[in-house]
Amino acid sequence: MADTAIEIEDLHVVRGGRSVIDGLDLHVAAGSVTGLLGPSGCGKSTLMRAIVGVQILQSGQVMVLGEPGGSPQLRRRVGYVTQAPSVYGDLSISENLRYFAAVVGVGQERVGEVIHTVGLAGREQQIVGSLSGGERSRVSLASALLNDPELLVLDEPTVGLDPVLRAELWRTFHELASAGSTLLISSHVMDEASECDALLLMRDGALLEQTTPERLRQQTGEQDLGRAFLAVIEQASS
Amino acid sequence: MSARVTLATARRVLWQIRRDPRTIALLLVVPVGLLVLMRFVFDGQPQTFQAIGAPMCGLFPFIIMFLVTSIAMLRERTSGTLERLMSLPIAKVDLLVGYGVAFGLLAALQAVVVCLVGFLTLGLHAPHGAWLVGLLAVGNAVLGMALGLFVSAFARTEFQAVQFMPALIFPQLLLCGLFVDRHEMASALYGVSWGLPLTYAYDALARATRSGALGGRMAIDICVIFSATLVALALGALTLRRRTA
Repeated sequence: MADTAIEIEDLHVVRGGRSVIDGLDLHVAAGSVTGLLGPSGCGKSTLMRAIVGVQILQSGQVMVLGEPGGSPQLRRRVGYVTQAPSVYGDLSISENLRYFAAVVGVGQERVGEVIHTVGLAGREQQIVGSLSGGERSRVSLASALLNDPELLVLDEPTVGLDPVLRAELWRTFHELASAGSTLLISSHVMDEASECDALLLMRDGALLEQTTPERLRQQTGEQDLGRAFLAVIEQASS
Repeated sequence: MSARVTLATARRVLWQIRRDPRTIALLLVVPVGLLVLMRFVFDGQPQTFQAIGAPMCGLFPFIIMFLVTSIAMLRERTSGTLERLMSLPIAKVDLLVGYGVAFGLLAALQAVVVCLVGFLTLGLHAPHGAWLVGLLAVGNAVLGMALGLFVSAFARTEFQAVQFMPALIFPQLLLCGLFVDRHEMASALYGVSWGLPLTYAYDALARATRSGALGGRMAIDICVIFSATLVALALGALTLRRRTA
């Protein structure tokens, strides 16, 4: 089990009377950067919520780092960043991080480190409400990095970021993975797929394909991963 | 439960309020302004001002903390920060007590200001000491806060949350005996008033602001305020869900 970070069997989730995930199985290797890709509304966020244990499940099994998803022991080992930045807009960057550091029980020296990691050094005293959307989501990301979680679940962390910053964040993600963390990162932008070690392609609440960028290219004969994904969808629907 | 997390939460809530000086000013100025207004409305009836104004010093914090907390908690729910906290190693009681400590301190500040003005400059008197009114005010504020935390779960928007104040607090104010002696109400309402926490909050304040022995009823009132706070906090904890649909 040591090489498996997430193992899901026959997951079913219903939200608002609609079946959002319908019989999904997947496997995420430890120490990898796995991209969860698919169009908006395909169930990516719901799947992530199920993995971190904040989603009510209809049925199925979610095992995370060898424990049932959402178990209290996992709250120290899993970091979760929601799509909308979940930080306090009326506090400064460092006040937000100092609070979350106290909650997860790490020393205040981590605050400076994670601010540096997300590229906000020198801006500590700025009120989060006055930051741009991209900066705010980096504060949200920094909060999740405080306790060096073994698994980081990031819901669209690069939405609305400029290309330079996006490249920097991907570099950070790879650094975290080589330091031993597992990252599950969702995106609806296919050009980010090439950054990932493994890919989960999702559509309409189901997993279409569990693959790697190279295999996807070989399998479809397309160099462009966006087109490759379209080819997989066509294959699946034909 | 962890004292570290509870205190960090209280500090965080206070820091948030500190960033909003207008809210602090309103919290301190509005009750005083209303009390001054009452003083001159009842200019020709000083006994009425004493009978209503003196207990009001201890009821303002209840009303205002109910309102402020229900909005604060609703924001926590809608901004996603509650979902984040529920995925972190924080006990629900740490969050609730953290809020309680922060708003309790704020209520104490409010009570001190309103009692100073009421009892020192507007001619109200507290035969058992203004400190007793102040203490009751803080207790009532924590009760108001606990009720606010609980009902915030039933509001989806701030528009809904503000309506809980007229819906849940006004009837209690009318039935608690502040404006009309409860014995003079329709007997059904008199019966209902026994089931409302504000009845006991008012009774304690009324006893603290008129002469005569405090009596065993005072002890009962305080016990009821305390128990109602615990019940509201427990109900509030039930509305904090780790998993949502």
